[in-house]
Amino acid sequence: MAEWICRTLRDGGLEGEHAPALTINDTISCPLGSVVFDHILSQLSSFIFCQKSQSNGIVLVALSRSPLYYEQLLKSKGFDVVTSSTWFKILDCYTDPLGWRSKLVESGSIRSLSSGSSLTVNICKNVKDLDELFSSILELGKELSGDGKGRFTVAIDSVSSLLRQTSVSSVAALLTNLRSHGGFPRGNYLRNLRSLEETPQILILVDPKWIWILFFLLIADQVSSLFWLLHLDMHETRATAALEYMSSMKANIEPIFQSVDGPRGNSENLSLMEQNLRSGKFCVRVKRRNGRVRMMFEELSVEKSGIKFTPLSSEDQMTAQSLVPKVQFNLQLSEKERNDRAKVVLPFEHQGNGKTIQIYDGRKSLNDDKAETQHASVQKVDSNRGEIIYFRDSDDEMPDSDEDPDDDLDI
Amino acid sequence: MANAPPSTLLDEALDGKGAAVFSTSPAPGGRMILVEDCVETSGAFVVHHLLKRCLSPHSSDVVVFLSFAHPFSHYDRILRKMGCNLSVQRDNKRLMFLDMLVLERLGEDFMIRRDRGKTSEDVFIALFGEIQKAVEVCLSHEGRQHITVIIDDVSLMEVDANGSSNLVLDFLHYCYSLTAQLGCSLITLNHDDVYSNEDRPGLLLKLEYLADVVIKVEPLSTGLASDVHGQLTLSNKGIYDGSGKSRNKVHNFHFRIKDSSVEYFYPGSKT
Repeated sequence: MAEWICRTLRDGGLEGEHAPALTINDTISCPLGSVVFDHILSQLSSFIFCQKSQSNGIVLVALSRSPLYYEQLLKSKGFDVVTSSTWFKILDCYTDPLGWRSKLVESGSIRSLSSGSSLTVNICKNVKDLDELFSSILELGKELSGDGKGRFTVAIDSVSSLLRQTSVSSVAALLTNLRSHGGFPRGNYLRNLRSLEETPQILILVDPKWIWILFFLLIADQVSSLFWLLHLDMHETRATAALEYMSSMKANIEPIFQSVDGPRGNSENLSLMEQNLRSGKFCVRVKRRNGRVRMMFEELSVEKSGIKFTPLSSEDQMTAQSLVPKVQFNLQLSEKERNDRAKVVLPFEHQGNGKTIQIYDGRKSLNDDKAETQHASVQKVDSNRGEIIYFRDSDDEMPDSDEDPDDDLDI
Repeated sequence: MANAPPSTLLDEALDGKGAAVFSTSPAPGGRMILVEDCVETSGAFVVHHLLKRCLSPHSSDVVVFLSFAHPFSHYDRILRKMGCNLSVQRDNKRLMFLDMLVLERLGEDFMIRRDRGKTSEDVFIALFGEIQKAVEVCLSHEGRQHITVIIDDVSLMEVDANGSSNLVLDFLHYCYSLTAQLGCSLITLNHDDVYSNEDRPGLLLKLEYLADVVIKVEPLSTGLASDVHGQLTLSNKGIYDGSGKSRNKVHNFHFRIKDSSVEYFYPGSKT
């Protein structure tokens, strides 16, 4: 199923369609999102390297991990770093995202520091300006193909870092713009139209709506596919929901073993915590073209060789394992015990045989009482078992009253 | 040559059992250690232990200590009892102590000046500049392999930033970026219980995402005890490194703070 996602991203979008977009979501209890991100990045890299993909290259927006890390990742997967610059570009938003280093270099406090990576990187010095970021991504994308018309994949690590610096609406706009094949940001459309208004003769000759179509044609079909990493618990629900709308595929990484609410020192809790650092449940939700939603589940585990995806094992077994505490006595029920338990008649419960059960409330009428007394006396003679038979002293007595029986006392 | 000091459970959890080389960081680049504590159990002893480890005679590491909580004399007194002389280390240029409490008084020695006109961001940019300069200077010396930046503590740093947790996170991001490029580690202390339960996720969660190792210092779940002062839970995140040693581990043990040291032991093994 993870392979299916990689193939979908590899194949890209059709003509006139939005590019497929994948969001990888994780939480602090199972922080394997970055491992999955690396896996998908490596898979797409090998497709692109073998020229089996719709896109010519990858533009990676590195916000939370350094370009050096990605260089080492490519090396570990067997790619030659020097030649990979032709199909792998990094927009470095990690080394100096707010321009602090540039300010210090200008003032002479420190010397200029490179990103340390031999991959070609463009350094972004202001991640708060998303329009500028968008233009930089497109610029890098154009460099990937010789004629500037080829398609490329965009990977963002991570959108959580972007959301910290800017608003949800700007990030959502950036992602939408990238998905719609790299057309100009909406803000730019208005600015361009306004500049045309200054020369009214053009407005008379050219219908404004044709300008929009012209822009689309010029910059059409650049972004082949898009994927990003998001840490769900770092943001408000509305922010994550807004970004979910931007994506066509959502991959959630959830812990398989939910920690039981209990003392932290509990050894079971600790082993669950450790398991959640190494394995998780991979839930993918895909929105298809016809509107249907498809859900798929897999189990993922991090091993020495890398990440491994396996079909989900029996869910009941897992829940049982996590809920039943490890004690010395047997808490499971055998088949016979389960059957016997099902046969027990519970008191005061509607057994479903059509009759309503009359619950004695101490307010029976005289006739009923007499009938019961007779019945009881007959029973007493016949049965060998002990019974408690209660005869009311008098019918005037108020049975089970809420009033205080000592009310008549004059104290 | 003196033998390496006996490694405690905490050292083993940080470095891995049977680590051949006594180092402050097994990773070639560096890593970030986050210490979280609360009112009932202070995590300061972990910071002191790590500080002593970095300044051990067996390592050639250098420490840059950013103190927002206590003056130099406080740490000097404590580390002296543990067998480490901070004044000597400072004179030997192995310790660079930035006392953020009295910066105005020491304004002549440092480039950071708390002028009224400067914003908090400018102060933090200048502070980062100082740290990077110290890192470059130390690494240019021969034999100096590693530098550790210790921040005590993040919640007071947020006070200095006029409550802007974003500014604090930006500063920590820049410090963290030093770990990737230069041989630098980052150790920070933060308090679990100073943040209110808001709907918006707080600074603490973002720090946990950033850190490679999270050490939580908590009281015992069973209550107070005279011979056990609390428990430590250490989550060592991170992918498998080249040597094949797994670093995705969670350790839990108890501790007892004595006059001049701290004793670590597994639950139930205290006799």
